[in-house]
Amino acid sequence: MTVQSSALYDIPGPRAIARHRLYGVIALLVILALIGWIVYMLFHTHQFTYRKWMAFEYQGVQELLLRGLGNTLKAFGWTVLFALPFGALFAAGRLSDHRVVRRLSTLVVEFFRAMPLLVMIFFIFVALKVQPLWALVAGLVLYNGSVLAEVFRAGVLAVPKGQREAAFALGMRKTQVMTYVLVPQANRAMLPAIISQLVVALKDTSLGFLITYEEFLHAGKLIATNLDYDLPFIPVVMVIAPVYIGMCLLLSWLAHLVERRGRRRPSMRGGPPVARAEVAMGLPPSVQQ
Amino acid sequence: MKTLTDNWSIYWNGFLGTLSLFAVSAVLSLVLGVLIASFRVSPVKPLRIFGTGWVTLLRNTPLTLLFFIVVLGLPRFDITLPFFTFAVLALGCYTSAFVCEAMRSGVNTVPSGQGEAARSLGMTFGQTMGLVVLPQAYRSVVAPIGSVMIALAKNTAIAGSFSVTELLGTYRTINELGYSIVWTFVWIAVGYLIITLAISAVFNLLERRVAVSR
Repeated sequence: MTVQSSALYDIPGPRAIARHRLYGVIALLVILALIGWIVYMLFHTHQFTYRKWMAFEYQGVQELLLRGLGNTLKAFGWTVLFALPFGALFAAGRLSDHRVVRRLSTLVVEFFRAMPLLVMIFFIFVALKVQPLWALVAGLVLYNGSVLAEVFRAGVLAVPKGQREAAFALGMRKTQVMTYVLVPQANRAMLPAIISQLVVALKDTSLGFLITYEEFLHAGKLIATNLDYDLPFIPVVMVIAPVYIGMCLLLSWLAHLVERRGRRRPSMRGGPPVARAEVAMGLPPSVQQ
Repeated sequence: MKTLTDNWSIYWNGFLGTLSLFAVSAVLSLVLGVLIASFRVSPVKPLRIFGTGWVTLLRNTPLTLLFFIVVLGLPRFDITLPFFTFAVLALGCYTSAFVCEAMRSGVNTVPSGQGEAARSLGMTFGQTMGLVVLPQAYRSVVAPIGSVMIALAKNTAIAGSFSVTELLGTYRTINELGYSIVWTFVWIAVGYLIITLAISAVFNLLERRVAVSR
């Protein structure tokens, strides 16, 4: 916390501190009651019986889950591989000097950003009769690539104007200005936004579940609807959800780390094009230490 | 064109389904989002932790997984509600995390000098927030909330695969009737474009109305 955040509150006196502590105790009790209710319901509906969990002891089930996870990561890998060049291409197109190229790229990017991802995936899957994996990857590439194009464009535009002018004054051609001057500087500032978009892509691979692509969630569904294991739905969620959330958290954390590193460099005058998202205002001084 | 006119009532039902799903989830997500945002800046520590946990958890959960948990999981707790309500719950909770973050970063964009000046004029906390900070934060919040709402409108498409009547789900019925699959999807796409463009138009208007050159 920074010092400036104290502006909204007075420093609490003994009475206010006591009051806050009372609120804290009440809030804690309510939250604990909520958690307690969930745990009670879990036991009440017999979610922790051996029969519901024994599925995970079988090697076949473990392999099914791992294969599902592998398929999820495969779809994600292909998406990253294609979406980044797609984004770069259309960002370059939108920054082009030629009006036709610019208009066309703008049209493509805007269209794919406005369409729900699932509609595209279903269209590719149902109407074009493509394999589930490639339908999923194509949809993800079109959508995330378009968003990445906007990120790249914003990054390049956020580099201070003087850099570009200086490069042109040195006699560089526009491709040289782009590759030697603008992109390397934009790159560092854009990296957190790019990784955040990849988190979105990773999350959206689970849409493959809806077009029967055999990914992680699909594997979970297969186990959860198995009568032999007494329909172990909640146990399956308890296994799957942490893995998904863990993977996304790991990527988000990486984005955060990269962002902090980028901000530390004093040489970056223009500042990152993304807004700094830190809690500053509205926190009481008691949490500032 | 024939695909649209012949199946007008199916499309119209789907369109209305998507629209109502969007409207109810939008209200839920805005209310929850503001509530969680106020939790996250409150001086009460358990509430802050709860808010942070809520946002971190929901922002990193795939929406499909959330739907999976809510629609198929809650009935295991003997909670049976209509599918529409389940879908609203999933969409609303998921979006509330993003609304919360937009609100919070909006408040952070107000220069701290504004709050300090208000305090030094002797304004109370309520006055500082209500008269000085929030009106200025509102301006920078409109645009991000707009994009969150557009994302919500697009996410409603997922509900169709969980037995809720909405626009994308209409393709099954129309496909069975033997209409051209490509045109079916073209009209579905047009329906979504109408909704998303309308939302962005509304928020552009709002943004223009509150915009002040600083």
